[in-house]
Formats: sequence, C-alpha cells, structure tokens
Amino acid sequence: MATVAQPADHAVTEHAETSTGLPNTKLAIWLFLASDCLLFGALISTYVLYRNASTEGPFPSDVFDIPYTSVSSFVLLASSLTMVLALAALQRGDVPRSRVWLLATAMLGLTFVGGQVYEFTTFAHEGLGLSTNMFGTSFYVLTGFHGAHVTVGILMLLTLVALSFGGRITPARSETVEMVGLYWHFVDIVWIAIFTIVYLIPTNPPAAGGG
Amino acid sequence: MAETHVEEQASVPPARPHGGRHPSPKEYIRIAVILAAITAAEVVVYYIEGVQEFLVPILFAFSALKFALVVLWFMHLKFDSKTYARFFLMGLAGAITLFIVVLLTFQVWS
Repeated sequence: MATVAQPADHAVTEHAETSTGLPNTKLAIWLFLASDCLLFGALISTYVLYRNASTEGPFPSDVFDIPYTSVSSFVLLASSLTMVLALAALQRGDVPRSRVWLLATAMLGLTFVGGQVYEFTTFAHEGLGLSTNMFGTSFYVLTGFHGAHVTVGILMLLTLVALSFGGRITPARSETVEMVGLYWHFVDIVWIAIFTIVYLIPTNPPAAGGG
Repeated sequence: MAETHVEEQASVPPARPHGGRHPSPKEYIRIAVILAAITAAEVVVYYIEGVQEFLVPILFAFSALKFALVVLWFMHLKFDSKTYARFFLMGLAGAITLFIVVLLTFQVWS
C-alpha cells in the first residue's frame, strides 16, 4: 500500500509554548552561534593583520604542510556528515544507529584534534612558539580557539552517547541532538574559513632585512 | 503491507513541527561528496602555477560555496524557520563587516 509516510509520533519533538512559536533553546543556540561568528571574525581579522608583520621566522610558508592540513579538513567535513546522519537516524526512530553515528562523529573530532596537537608540536619543534613572532601568536590563538571549540563539541557528543545508553536520548528529544549538531557544524564552517584564509591564501614574502 | 509502510517511514525524513522536511540521508551524502570535491579542488588550485594571479578570489569562492552548503543543508537553514537564518546572518554580517573594516583600515592587501 503506497501510504504517504506521516511523521511518526516519536519524530515530533515537543517544547513549551513560546511567543515566537519557535523553541527558545534553538533560538538561543542560533544567537550564540551568531555571537561566536563575531569572535572568530575578530580572531581571523587579527591573524590576517599580523601574519605578515613578523620580522623574524619561522614564517607561514616555512611551517605549513598543506597536504596534512587538507586531510584534517576532510576529517572534519566527514564528521559533519556523520552528525547529520545521527540526527536523521534518531528522527526516524533508529536510536542504536544514531548512537553509532554520534560516536563516529566524536571519533572523527578526536582525530582532528589529535592532528592539531601533532601540528602544533611539529611547529614548536621547528621554532614557532606562541611568543616567537606576530604570526605565531595570531596563528596559535586562532587555531587554538577553534581546537577548544572542537574539544567542547567532542565532550557534548560523548555526553549525548552516554545519555543515549541511559535511555535519555529518544526520538522525541531529537532537538537536543540537533542543538549539538548545529554547534558541531558551526565548528566545521569556521574551519572552512580558517583552512582557506590561514593555510591556502599565500602570505607576502618577508620584508628585506627581516629575519 | 505493514512492512512497506515501515520501510517508507525509514526512508522518508519526518516532517518538522517548525519548518519543512529535513533532507534524506542520501541528500546528506550527496552534499558531503560535493564538499569533499570542492576541498580537493581548493588544494589542486593551490598548486597550479597558472592560476596564482586569481588564486585568492577562486579560493574565496570555493570557501563561500562550502560554507553555504553546510549552513543551508547540514544546519537546515534552507528548511527551517527564517527567524533562525536572520539571527545567524546578523552575526555573520557583523563578522564580515569587521573583517573588511580591519583590512581597509590597516591596508592589509596593499
């Protein structure tokens, strides 16, 4: 019988009546993401301003490994896919599969953060510390803030997995997973900007006499 | 008959109480493949000598496309209430304005 599938009862999430007709929690997370845009806008602007201001190396072209960072970018993009698959599975009532996708997202996030720690360690061995030059300071602050956001996201994902095992993440509460998902995708779009502006757009060669 | 109904429920994403239907898993995978392809193109363009003159605008275009795909499909702004989009665009416009003002004030590109 070609029944047009109606949303299953469990797929309809519930929230208290609000004046906007929209869940306040979801409005709040979008407002938070908007404010976080300003934070990263300021950090990226600072990086662009200072990356060519160093008088002594290492310079960006000395330390960046584009193929390595590209793999990290693919990992984070893949984690966004697993995140939406987790939400889709939960919304259609498949809690076990949703749990698997959430765990996969957390693992991909951990891989990304692990890659970032390795990158920072390599840069430090090559002589680029937080206070070595203007490039180092602005680079570590920007990518460090992003890494901290990813880490917070991983903790939220693992909390969701734990709550799911405890039976507290149900299709009726899929909005909770959606909120964490929105945060996670935001972290991904920030990385899209960082990957282009920080890693791919070439810097000016150091001024003569700079060293 | 009952089985068919269950299968359809599994493949068709449920309607949303505060917006349109979310994409299906197949659509999500299609978007992810496009995102991966754009990322690969970004890296390839980075290494092509002939396009260095246009590298910055090309990279910005690729980046903007990826950004839009994630925000519209994965974050569901294309499907959800426009109020969320307004909230987010407010912050995004602020960040872009800040970026441009900093670049112009300090003549970063000169």
